[in-house]
Amino acid sequence: MAKENNCSFAGSEYILEVEHLRKCFPLKKTLTGKVTSELVAVDDVSFRLKAGETLGIVGESGCGKTTLGRTILKLHEANGGRIIFDGRDITSLKSSEMRELRRQMQIIFQDPYSSLPPRSTVGGILSEPVSVHKIVPKEQIKDYVLTLMDKCGLRDYYYERYPHEFSGGQRQRICIARALSVNPKLVVCDEPVSALDVSIQAQIINLLKKLQEEMNLTYLFISHDLSVVKFISDKIGVMYLGNIVEYGDKKDIFARPLHPYTKALFSAIPYPDPAVKMNRMVLKGDIPSPANPPKGCRFHTRCPYAKPICAEVTPEYKEHETGHFAACHLLEE
Amino acid sequence: MEELNKKNIPNGTEDTEAPLDKNIRLMSPTRMVVRRFFRSKLSILGLIMVIGLFLFSFVGPLVYTEWGETELDRSGTVEYAFAETTYTVNGTEYTVRQTIETNLTDNFLAPPSEEHILGTDDQGYDIFVRLMYGGRISLTVSFLAVFVITVFGTVLGGIAGYFGGVIDNVIMRVCDVLICLPGIPILLIISTILTASDIDAKYRIYLLMIYLTLFSWPGTARLVRGQILSLREQEYMVAAEAMGYSTSRKIFKHLVPNVMPQLIVQMSLSLGSMILYEATLSYLGLGVQAPYAAWGTMINIISTNNDILQNHLNVWVPAGVCIVIAVLGLNFVGDGLRDALDPKARR
Repeated sequence: MAKENNCSFAGSEYILEVEHLRKCFPLKKTLTGKVTSELVAVDDVSFRLKAGETLGIVGESGCGKTTLGRTILKLHEANGGRIIFDGRDITSLKSSEMRELRRQMQIIFQDPYSSLPPRSTVGGILSEPVSVHKIVPKEQIKDYVLTLMDKCGLRDYYYERYPHEFSGGQRQRICIARALSVNPKLVVCDEPVSALDVSIQAQIINLLKKLQEEMNLTYLFISHDLSVVKFISDKIGVMYLGNIVEYGDKKDIFARPLHPYTKALFSAIPYPDPAVKMNRMVLKGDIPSPANPPKGCRFHTRCPYAKPICAEVTPEYKEHETGHFAACHLLEE
Repeated sequence: MEELNKKNIPNGTEDTEAPLDKNIRLMSPTRMVVRRFFRSKLSILGLIMVIGLFLFSFVGPLVYTEWGETELDRSGTVEYAFAETTYTVNGTEYTVRQTIETNLTDNFLAPPSEEHILGTDDQGYDIFVRLMYGGRISLTVSFLAVFVITVFGTVLGGIAGYFGGVIDNVIMRVCDVLICLPGIPILLIISTILTASDIDAKYRIYLLMIYLTLFSWPGTARLVRGQILSLREQEYMVAAEAMGYSTSRKIFKHLVPNVMPQLIVQMSLSLGSMILYEATLSYLGLGVQAPYAAWGTMINIISTNNDILQNHLNVWVPAGVCIVIAVLGLNFVGDGLRDALDPKARR
């Protein structure tokens, strides 16, 4: 314990460090409980995140983005690797030990409809975490919650209302307010805007940006919407089938995508001008099943530039430019 | 999108979605349920029946104090006995004739009159008064039983559903075993044991109901477990986990309130069946025993006396009517609640 405290005292500039994180779900078990086949949702993911920054995680559905976010928050138990939060290794903490840390790391969910308890009022939903974690003295809770609601663009008379009375965007504001009620350092935003329509998306994204500046938050922003990620992120990680295939500064990645998958993704961004002829790079086929991932480079089955080596050897994930990581054999030349 | 955002929505605090009107309040879930409940005439009728019986049993004896529960009407028909004694004194015969007036016989099987609203039974107890006291026992016992069953069932079912795995398996197998056991034969055995162990007639019924609750909680536990199995996968439970709430808070503050609708319905329906159970036990002579009154005990009279069954309907029909009203009323309320609590129902 003391040692870990020293670590954080040493002032590691990274609030979150993830090393070789692995998460698998058992598919089949023998009678004795031995796992015979499993689905590797997150495989060997490593990145580091500085306080106050936003890391955008992009990738198509089923690539393990959500699992990554939840494993980092220890809502899933990791099967390998390390998660270091604020200088402290939290990988093997028990859930009772995690409880105190929970107030420093929060999550905003994709679906604002199912993530709010239907039988409490907005006031109840927002004051419960405040009183459980004793953020402010008891008699100040209501004032605190009302200030928070104001920050998140919720009117004060919503306090007595129930979630079912609100529209999606307003519910997502309630979710954001709930996540921020405990003054977290890290917030995992698990596709917070993909269930909302575009005009509301913009509001929520702007709200998240504003709150980040005010409260010095660090975001792990998971999304499949590249324009949203481009707007909010400082760093971007591209995931494919449980791996991070490319990672780097937003500017570097958008200017010089290294991995063919990233190129394909970026070429799919719609451009709001019909006169511009898009030079799209269309991927063939579906994402392979994560229960039975391809050998070698996981992307080789769909990669237009695949070479024989891609099917044999897993490419190494390494730094190709300063702060710009990728895993691809094509870059070795 | 970047440029678009900056132009139209300079900052995230502005919520352009239609705000809720400050004055027009949508109803809270509870108020909506209450309104739907009172829309059905049958559930209002049920509620009136149940409340009426409650007033009758609990307030009635305070108002109508002519007779007590175990007070015999000893003003029965006066009996005259004639005695004739013959003495012979000094050769003269004297005959002394005496009239002995006995006024102590119980006034049994009296027909309804001003003095006894529903007449008296074969012992001389006032039936109307005993109906009220019998209601007290029947209602208290079944409410207590249902309360205990619900607490037991909710706690055990909640734990089984939330934790799953081995704990779930153990609790559910215990449930299976308890459901398999035949109720009445075991009750008969227990009743015999109670008789042998010389327990006050007044407390017998409570002991039997404790036994009944022990055997009835599996139903509630299964219901709660089933609900919690589906509720715990909801995203707001993941949110509660992410908030670092304790396990008991998650189960009892987040899961159980969402099982409440089903629980309330289950409670009101099982109240009816508990009243029936109590009546059955008393009828079989296992429950409340003389001189104390219970609806079942009052009907029990006819099992030994054919004359009362045929000629003195006022002795046993009122108790039967009370049982029917109680069970029907509770079932109406239960059905009404089930419809009112159905989230898919219209406003």
